[in-house]
Amino acid sequence: MEIFGIPIQAFLGQLLLGLVNGSFYAMLSLGLAVIFGLLGIVNFAHGALYMIGAYVAWIGADRFGMNYWVALFVAPLVVAAGGMVVERTLLKHLYKLDPLYGLLLTFGLALIAEGVFRDQFGVSGQQYAVPEALQGATNLGFMVLPNYRAWVVLVSLGVCLGTWFLIERTRLGSYLRAGTENPALVQAFGVNVPLMVMLTYGAGTGLAALAGVLAAPVIQITPLMGSNLIITVFAVVVIGGMGSILGSILTGLALGLVEGLTKVFYPEASNIVVFVIMAIVLVIRPAGLFGKEK
Amino acid sequence: MNSAETAHNAAAVARRGRIAWGVAALLLLAAPFIGLYPVFMMKALCYAIFACAFNLLLGYTGLLSFGHAAYLGMAAYATGWLVRSAGWPPEAGILAGTLFAGLLGGAVGLIAIRRQGIYFAMITLAMAQMLYFVCLQAPFTGGEDGLQGVPRGKLFGLLPLADDRVLYYVILAVFFAVFLFIVRIVHSPYGQVLKAIRENEPRAVSLGYDADRYKLLAFVLSTALAGLAGSLKTLVLGFATLSDAHWSLSGEVVLMTLLGGMGTFAGPVVGAITIVGLQDFLADRVGSWVTVIIGATFVVCVIAFRRGIVGELLAWQQKKHPSH
Repeated sequence: MEIFGIPIQAFLGQLLLGLVNGSFYAMLSLGLAVIFGLLGIVNFAHGALYMIGAYVAWIGADRFGMNYWVALFVAPLVVAAGGMVVERTLLKHLYKLDPLYGLLLTFGLALIAEGVFRDQFGVSGQQYAVPEALQGATNLGFMVLPNYRAWVVLVSLGVCLGTWFLIERTRLGSYLRAGTENPALVQAFGVNVPLMVMLTYGAGTGLAALAGVLAAPVIQITPLMGSNLIITVFAVVVIGGMGSILGSILTGLALGLVEGLTKVFYPEASNIVVFVIMAIVLVIRPAGLFGKEK
Repeated sequence: MNSAETAHNAAAVARRGRIAWGVAALLLLAAPFIGLYPVFMMKALCYAIFACAFNLLLGYTGLLSFGHAAYLGMAAYATGWLVRSAGWPPEAGILAGTLFAGLLGGAVGLIAIRRQGIYFAMITLAMAQMLYFVCLQAPFTGGEDGLQGVPRGKLFGLLPLADDRVLYYVILAVFFAVFLFIVRIVHSPYGQVLKAIRENEPRAVSLGYDADRYKLLAFVLSTALAGLAGSLKTLVLGFATLSDAHWSLSGEVVLMTLLGGMGTFAGPVVGAITIVGLQDFLADRVGSWVTVIIGATFVVCVIAFRRGIVGELLAWQQKKHPSH
């Protein structure tokens, strides 16, 4: 069976790959949006944190025999702890300044992380084995579905929707949203805003690390894996607009799919399609698909 | 403090400023004769032009473009290809590279100025990444190898640029011209409007200025001058590679400007020479720790040193001789 002259198996395979990438876009842009909302900082280090998450999993397996399931919890916790230290020691000096400084500081942090890992592990890619329980593939009749990829998509969807629920539907989330609107007032009501800010940054960075662990078995782990991804995620964020949680998730997944489709029909453009879409969206709807005009 | 004393102090500061400028200009003129390696100095001057162009945007218009390397890289490729493969003379190649970068800047600028602040930075970064991928895949850029063996040729058919000293003075002349051009722009009525937009855009708009047009022109000027830096660099080093268009260079030019002092005329020059010198010095000694050191410099500058070297010096002079 074929679609537009392309075997349906290959077509669906690329779509699934696009969906996997889209899941990473969604998780990362979600974290960026949450951090930007409360801290007013565009976290350039997000890509580096994703990279560190993958490396923590790999180092854990390589040196300490840590299995995948443990890494899924350990890596985000380690990275979140580091993130919170950074927030308390560095980022907190920037809240009253132009947001550009936050971008520049986190860019510097990303360079430091990248340099350290390059020095320690070189630039060649490391492999991380797919956990045994998720190896193999399931034959769905119309396509063969690699189990691990399906797992990645399901977990990211679950995490994204969980985050959405937490922020939009719980009491804690209402504090968070209130803190985004008016931190001074929320503080006056007796909420410990600095603590909330620290935990939010921790959660956002942990999310990036989780994406890194999920990605570890399907990509080459290199020190540079994060910086290339983060630029695409920035474009995703511009397209979606950082105002809406659900918007970030949908935009991330949709752009992953579009990228997958482009790989099928016109592979040369697959690297740039997200940026082209960004340019078009900016012309038609400058605030982004889900953003609000100021 | 009475007004006579104030005027006296202001004159003292101005005199010191003139002396500093004079010494700097003499040093640059004498550089090849006092043992400074000409290729290094030429590279530093190219990056100084690049940083001055960038500062016009960040320092005087308040726009953070996080993708300026793309214009430098694209112009480097354009000049390299025209001079090497099409046999153009160097002056035509440089002019074409500059115009090409300005055109690209116009196209990207039209899109990017639709958003402000932090979004502007993200959009320019994303567009630059797109241009980078175009460089990576286009047939005329030589892919991973880049364009190698670009000849320097003869300027206007007369000056043999293959001689390092001749090329040095040509580049120094261009550098002085760009520097004075930027000083002129900033002090012109147009530059005042740019500063007004930087300080308070809605207010500038309410006064009847079409802020978007002013910003777009600043972006085009800045990208064209960034292109000029790239074209010159291709002639100096004889090649154009992917790293000329890479985001890490876009980050470096931000650091040069920040470290030297954004919104000051001399800052980007000081920053560029410092960073290029630092990289040159560290490259053989510490390997991949260069990235770490650059990153750490960023962190220190943002946390504790936001005025930069020149900015701190100026502030110190003002404190010593308050003029009002």
